[in-house]
Amino acid sequence: MQYSEKVMDHFMNPRNVGEIENADGVGMVGNAKCGDIMKMYLKIEDDVIVDCKFKTFGCGAAIATSSMATELIKGKTIEEALALTNSAVVEALEGLPAVKVHCSVLAEEAVKSALADYYKKIGRPIDFEIESDEHEDEE
Amino acid sequence: MKRFVYADNAATTPVSREVIEAMAPVFSEQWGNPSSLHAKGREAKELLDGARERIAKVFSCSANEIYFTSCGSESDNWAIRGAVKRLAKKGRNHIVTSAIEHPAVLNTCRDLEKEGYPVTYVGVDSDGIVKMDELEAAITDKTAVVAIMFANNEVGTIQPIEEIGKLAHAKGALMFTDAVQAIGNIDIDLSKLPVDMLALSGHKIHAPKGIGMLYIKKGVVIDNLISGGGQERRKRAGTENLPYIVGLAKALEVASAKIPELDRVVKMRDRLIEGLEKVPFSKLNGHRTQRLAGNVNIGFEFIEGESMLLWLDISGICASTGSACSSASLEASHVLLAMGVPHEKAHGSVRLSITHETTEEDIDYILETLPPIIEKLRNMSPLWEEIVKGNQN
Repeated sequence: MQYSEKVMDHFMNPRNVGEIENADGVGMVGNAKCGDIMKMYLKIEDDVIVDCKFKTFGCGAAIATSSMATELIKGKTIEEALALTNSAVVEALEGLPAVKVHCSVLAEEAVKSALADYYKKIGRPIDFEIESDEHEDEE
Repeated sequence: MKRFVYADNAATTPVSREVIEAMAPVFSEQWGNPSSLHAKGREAKELLDGARERIAKVFSCSANEIYFTSCGSESDNWAIRGAVKRLAKKGRNHIVTSAIEHPAVLNTCRDLEKEGYPVTYVGVDSDGIVKMDELEAAITDKTAVVAIMFANNEVGTIQPIEEIGKLAHAKGALMFTDAVQAIGNIDIDLSKLPVDMLALSGHKIHAPKGIGMLYIKKGVVIDNLISGGGQERRKRAGTENLPYIVGLAKALEVASAKIPELDRVVKMRDRLIEGLEKVPFSKLNGHRTQRLAGNVNIGFEFIEGESMLLWLDISGICASTGSACSSASLEASHVLLAMGVPHEKAHGSVRLSITHETTEEDIDYILETLPPIIEKLRNMSPLWEEIVKGNQN
């Protein structure tokens, strides 16, 4: 199994690692049993994601996809962030080994889960699905 | 300063200079087919017999109890399939094995189960030692073969093979052991050990990949796995891989002569274990003393093994992990799970396997390099965050 240079770059130098105090939206997806947990923090102003941080427990691909997902949504509108797909994350990373594609699905879900948390906080009805259709069967 | 440290010797080892030198003339000079009647054939046959004799000496067995195969997996397949298929004709169709065997044994058993042969998978304790009461209860007068590994490849736990062999024999079953990891670590005396079949492979002890061996005790008859010509006394067809057989004989002689020097490896192993156990939320996997000389397997909580391995690799250290994320199957180590290690902890395990070639400086380098990697990964782990916050509250 070989990771692309881009994946290794995001693994070794992950962007936006950390927490945001009093974040407007926090989402955590995955579970320790499967070996991947992603936690995403969002700071939102006027429906724009002005800051975004993450913490991830997981393999190289899990860390790289989290890092890339934060890069892809930072500075974007909520609408644009909701349109982020796992394949866009894979593409931006210049590919992922087939067995690791589920990590990108998790990254997409982490973003949506954090946005759902924000919607809940401000009382906006959640009009999107958190769980991706592409989600693998997990125990 | 960055070094290169190969700490994955349980996966494979480089072929040693002396083995290469022993093999070289067999490729280019003594290249004959041992089955040929002419001079080149006779020359090859002599080498083949000589290699067999030398290996027999290493294990205190007889040369005609040694059968060369292509690898450890072939030997495992042959021993178990051959035994159960032969003995089923006499009403013994049952196999007893353990939950922590190598996939070459476990998957052979699963395949045989599909063919209708019942299999009992005996559990292990938290150190990875086979539960003897469970084992004893599992063996019946229907059991053809008891297949228990000599030492585990992941956690290095050494099984009480003598006791297990006695239990098998008490019920009239054959005793088979996969000794792939044990050779070169444990002095195996087959004139005394109650073992009917023993499998081994060359590449774990500085012989090439692609050569294995099955010992079958005199008087024990099992079905053949590979049909064809009359090689290996009509038990295993295929032109003998003479250069590799000569290499295996050399490697076994060298490895067995170095067993008394293992104390030095054990000291390095224990220094590595002690140093890594200083990391908070870490735990040694496997038995502390009943353990292969070169095996270190430690679990670090709140992080995942593949990330650890990638960082080690970047730092020049080759290691291995029981994490699901590093395997094609995405399954966590069956060995750690059988020992009762929960999934989330199995993911954070790392195996470092050292040898005579390892130096004290290598150990220093691992001890300098690994703890900061763990810290770095924990600092970005949401699970670690919970622990840190929990402590603050």
